[in-house]
Amino acid sequence: MDSTEISSPEVTDLGGAFERHLALSVVPPRWKEWKRKHWDHYRELPMPRPREQSWRFASRIDFDPGGITLPSLAEVESSFPEIVGQSDLVREQAGRLVFVDNHLADRTELPAELVEKGVVFQPLLEAMERDPDLVERYLFQESTNLGSEKFHALHNAYTEGGYLLHVPDNVEVDLPFVVHHWHAMAGAGVFPHILVVAGRNSRLSVVDVQQSWQPDREGFICAVGNVFAADGARVFRKTIQNFNPRAVSFQLDTNNVERDTTVRSINLNLGSRRARFENEVRINGSGADVKLYSLTVAKDHQEFDQRTLQIHNAPHATSDLLYKNALLDESRTIFSGLIKVAEEAQETDAYQTNRNLLLNEQAQANSLPGLEIEANDVKCSHGATTSQLDPEELFYFLQRGIPRRVAQQLMVFGFFEEVIEQFDHEELEENLRALIREQFSGDVLAQPTPGAHAEPEETPAS
Amino acid sequence: MSQLEIRNLSASIEGQEILKNLSLAVPKGEVHALMGPNGTGKSTLAKVLAGHEDYEVTGGSVLLDGEEILGKEPDEIAHAGLFLAFQYPLEIPGVSIANFIRAALQSRLAEGEKLDAPAYYKRLHEKMDLLQIDRKFSSRALNEGFSGGEKKRCEILQMSMLEPSYCVMDETDSGLDIDALKVVANGVNLMRGPDRGILVITHYQRLLDYIVPDKVHVMYDGRIVRTGDSELAKELESRGYDWVREELAGSPA
Repeated sequence: MDSTEISSPEVTDLGGAFERHLALSVVPPRWKEWKRKHWDHYRELPMPRPREQSWRFASRIDFDPGGITLPSLAEVESSFPEIVGQSDLVREQAGRLVFVDNHLADRTELPAELVEKGVVFQPLLEAMERDPDLVERYLFQESTNLGSEKFHALHNAYTEGGYLLHVPDNVEVDLPFVVHHWHAMAGAGVFPHILVVAGRNSRLSVVDVQQSWQPDREGFICAVGNVFAADGARVFRKTIQNFNPRAVSFQLDTNNVERDTTVRSINLNLGSRRARFENEVRINGSGADVKLYSLTVAKDHQEFDQRTLQIHNAPHATSDLLYKNALLDESRTIFSGLIKVAEEAQETDAYQTNRNLLLNEQAQANSLPGLEIEANDVKCSHGATTSQLDPEELFYFLQRGIPRRVAQQLMVFGFFEEVIEQFDHEELEENLRALIREQFSGDVLAQPTPGAHAEPEETPAS
Repeated sequence: MSQLEIRNLSASIEGQEILKNLSLAVPKGEVHALMGPNGTGKSTLAKVLAGHEDYEVTGGSVLLDGEEILGKEPDEIAHAGLFLAFQYPLEIPGVSIANFIRAALQSRLAEGEKLDAPAYYKRLHEKMDLLQIDRKFSSRALNEGFSGGEKKRCEILQMSMLEPSYCVMDETDSGLDIDALKVVANGVNLMRGPDRGILVITHYQRLLDYIVPDKVHVMYDGRIVRTGDSELAKELESRGYDWVREELAGSPA
């Protein structure tokens, strides 16, 4: 059980993946310098080990990020039409970008009205050409403090496929911006970069959909998402992770939250062999209101490893985290969350809840909630609960003829519904329910739509 | 053949024998009552019939229209036509009555076949009206926070929606006030018919004033010790179970 069993990445760039990448890369020279710097940083950092606190309960790192390949445009281009056709989770949208193995495969034009208002929704490379000042102000300014520093550096060394969404001061956009990040080729390294800059009193929502094109190709996906919400901004970020069960994925997010902002993030986690999710919120301005939700369906031997940090540096702000995991089969989840309230952050309301629903005795949910409070006038709570499908409850379902897998599915929808409703987008909610239902397929065919209120309006009894 | 036939059934839990060579038959078209003192094995019988995994069947057989159901999974037994109204219906958080019953009906359809949702809700609402269950309940989590009477009415609602061939009702009258009892009895009486056999398990005669049984069986110490008509229930009510106990002790084995 020692990570030294893995040949270290310092050695496995023998293939010269990074050097080749750098030679072929079309980014401006300055960006190449950044790449080199991040690559060196990556090589310096040690590989995390399970005995470290920030990796507690995680399985041994059994993948080699140095062994990845970065498919060229020529290699993936032929898949674009099919993949773009499948990028349809949300049809009602302000704009859409589709990336396949780091390459831009498709884009829609932004409505002229938004362009006029100065909204930028562009692939990073393009944004860098058009507005280098804006990009440089935000790009690569963040890292993670939650354990995956090495993978974050690797991301920075490689990333090119990603986007900048900038909604200027006082601009409100109703429809969501939608970005699909696809993993397509076998053994591909995919590095989606998500940069969301919300101006003062702006409003936006963005949906990131991460999927694999093929069901059985290995992949290493390391996404970074950085949100900057200026005073009074309202930002709603929705992320769906549904890579295939052979992929290893990372999602390393930070949220910089200023005064009087409203920030929401919801993650639906379904895919990957093992998926690590780090989410850090820094509240720097008073009056901010942050809600963080996550839903996970873990099955087979999947491992979902979630680490969160809610930092309150300003008074009168609220943050509320609710992470729900439903575990089937022999899956594992880890939730480790910390609330940190600085001395000056008086009258903070900060909550953290992790709920686990164990649908099989072999599944394992680990929970490590934590508080670190230096202010003296705060309302903070943290809690973790794990409930199980009671054998008598299961018998009740079975006695009505409802098979075990369907009973589990109904329980999961019941468990999730309060969060699914928070997606606040009917089409997306329906599509997500369908995605969740697929997790139970194999032994389940056409099933009712639990949670969907297909029920007709109440009519008075005649 | 068209009957629920229990032949020489013996079953135990954790090594303790509860059912002892019990035999009983409920033909389609009839309502039978099963009465007996507490702890005599009535609820065990109900659970064994439904295939509960905690009980070990040590002998005998249970035939549903001639088909053996012992050893089958509980959902297979349900699909074979046996419905158990629970003595203590479980609270299922997050799963609405409508979705629960819908999933149960869906499970009875052939692969690929889909339930007609509008027709389903129409029927559900009719049955709810009949059982005096507020239609708003259909979207509430099953049994969660329900009163005893609401839970029992909800069992009858499920029974009437699923239209099983055989119903085993375990102490459906317990915890009901007289008004709720009448509503439940009315629901059961509406289900009486030539295509259905009903076994009503009860401790008290009270329910049988409203659901008049074709036959009454008295269970004691894991067996049926007496069978008679509805008058037998009244006799039990007036004389108590001690009478059965004494009579058994006095009779030659």
